[in-house]
Amino acid sequence: MKFKSVLTGVLLAFGLGTAAVAADVKVGFVYVGPIGDGGWTYEHDKGRLAVEKHFGDRVETIYQENVPEGADAERVMTTMAMQGADLIFTTSFGYMDPTINVAKKFPNVKFEHATGYKRSDNVSTYSARFYEGRAIQGHIAGKMTKTNKVGYIASFPIPEVIRGINSAYIHAKKVNPDIEFNIIWVYTWFDPAKEADAAKALIDQGADVVLQHTDSTAPQAAAKEAGNVITFGQASDMGEYAPMPRVSSIIDDWAPYYIARTQAVLDGTWESVDTWDGIGPGMVGIGEISDAVPADVKAEALAMRDAIANGTYHPFTGPIKKQDGSDWLAAGETSDDGTLLGMNFYVEGITAEVPK
Amino acid sequence: MVIFGIDLVLLIPALMISATPVLLAAIGEAVVEKSGVLNLGVEGMMITGAVIGFIIAVNTQVPIYGFFCAAVAGAILSVIFALLTQYMMSNQVATGLGLTMVGLGLSALIGKPYEGIKSPTLAKIEIPILSDIPILGPMIFSHDAIVYFSIFVIALVAFVINKTRIGLVLRAVGENQEAAHALGYKVIRIRFIAIMFGGATAGIGGAYISLARVPQWTEGMTAGAGWIALALVVFASWKPWRVLLGAYLFGGITVLQLNLQAIGVAIPVEILSMSPYLVTIVVLVGISLFGHHTAPGSLARPFHASQ
Repeated sequence: MKFKSVLTGVLLAFGLGTAAVAADVKVGFVYVGPIGDGGWTYEHDKGRLAVEKHFGDRVETIYQENVPEGADAERVMTTMAMQGADLIFTTSFGYMDPTINVAKKFPNVKFEHATGYKRSDNVSTYSARFYEGRAIQGHIAGKMTKTNKVGYIASFPIPEVIRGINSAYIHAKKVNPDIEFNIIWVYTWFDPAKEADAAKALIDQGADVVLQHTDSTAPQAAAKEAGNVITFGQASDMGEYAPMPRVSSIIDDWAPYYIARTQAVLDGTWESVDTWDGIGPGMVGIGEISDAVPADVKAEALAMRDAIANGTYHPFTGPIKKQDGSDWLAAGETSDDGTLLGMNFYVEGITAEVPK
Repeated sequence: MVIFGIDLVLLIPALMISATPVLLAAIGEAVVEKSGVLNLGVEGMMITGAVIGFIIAVNTQVPIYGFFCAAVAGAILSVIFALLTQYMMSNQVATGLGLTMVGLGLSALIGKPYEGIKSPTLAKIEIPILSDIPILGPMIFSHDAIVYFSIFVIALVAFVINKTRIGLVLRAVGENQEAAHALGYKVIRIRFIAIMFGGATAGIGGAYISLARVPQWTEGMTAGAGWIALALVVFASWKPWRVLLGAYLFGGITVLQLNLQAIGVAIPVEILSMSPYLVTIVVLVGISLFGHHTAPGSLARPFHASQ
């Protein structure tokens, strides 16, 4: 994969160097997986295509897939900046430091880093409140599980992923006190074979709900093969696996944000901001809840979605204790964003430990 | 049979399924390297096999046709490599890397319409009598045809390389190409066939990911399995049965560590995650400390009869 991206980078440099067209703004996208992953990267690319469609000839977009998180990412961003990109979206958590580093060298290029927390004059951050969708998943999972075991395929122990686990757990526990979460860390965003192995291991251990925080549809395929296991589409709708195993999904909708930010560069009004939107503004969508979900559970889930959207319900509302038994949120208190963004602890009841 | 909360009857079959793609790719590459050629295009041939196998299996609804065509596709791709390196004397490392890129790009292109489609599943073959043995039966004698086939290929390669004249010639070509040529063996032709064999098994290995292990088509789905296979060949010191051992160790510990995580065992996740790599390397290198094991003498050296 590494060699591929190194050499495609070279090809990209040559190819685009010669094909420079007179667009007003050039926008680059750095992807962690292939566009065809059916999940995370697929949705970011849909956002890119929406930008192209919206602006037509005024904007040119370039992108590179399968960029490893690390030094390679800096090289890819540098190449894009040198090709004249005015705005570069780096779409994975692991690009955080590379983005900051490259941004220092190119003060006139605007950078937008997804899901991170480091900003500078020319680096914005943006993310979606996926945990809002996780709350709904947890509710459905807690109601529907027969074995009381929920399997969770986690990628890397970063706040975003831990937040999702906590949100799902809190809401599953609320409706099913016997619930148990089995968490597997696969340390990859995209490796279909490993994701499928992890799903199978969870199912073998008795889980009949599999939640995933990885990018491919492989866990869906594994669950379908096993039968009687429910899953949720991750990042993208993954509707091809509905109505079973996929009973609902979290859909990331980046298009409005990408269009708005590109517009800001065109207008010269771009400035470094921190955006964190959820179900309300539409950055997080809840995919259709399939008929495999009982009607009353579906109604509750939709009610929760609407309550979160209009701000009357916050998924992290006290009383909630931390895993070690210490108090976190008092009754009725909701979490501040700072704690959520840096979340590195499980809530009370989860038996596993957060990898350090 | 449950040990530490893990049911071996479920674990062992999962292990064998997980190991089979890498096993097939690695044994093919072992033969290629035994003939003195280094083909770094394993990943590309695997992913091509994965996509072609998937397309054929979906369209015919017969998985075995898929595997057959995956083998042909892998072999065809390897012919490009063979022509370039054996007749046009191109650099083997660069050509192999090129092959990987071609395979990844090509498979993404032709696989596009097949994303999100379900493939027909491979039927399990229960070996009569043996599969009725309690515990052992469902563990070892109740797999799909490709799992048995992969073990058969290992046995066949081990036998041919060590016990037959063909194997001796293959090794001679790989160890000392000039001497083999002086003896009248067709170095290029033998290598050509070895490369095609490697391509075919890599193709089947790839198809096993898209048709059995996952099963679906996703762009880039081999995700580095070809590179694991390449490393495995070296750590197995080019010996077929050690390739099997290495693949099963790697696949086994991968599956085991996932299961251990799932039951929430009190071992740090970081240690569990690196254990497949660590244990496989330590065990295979440990074995290799005894006896004389080096790479084939002519590995990656170009050959032309005029030299």
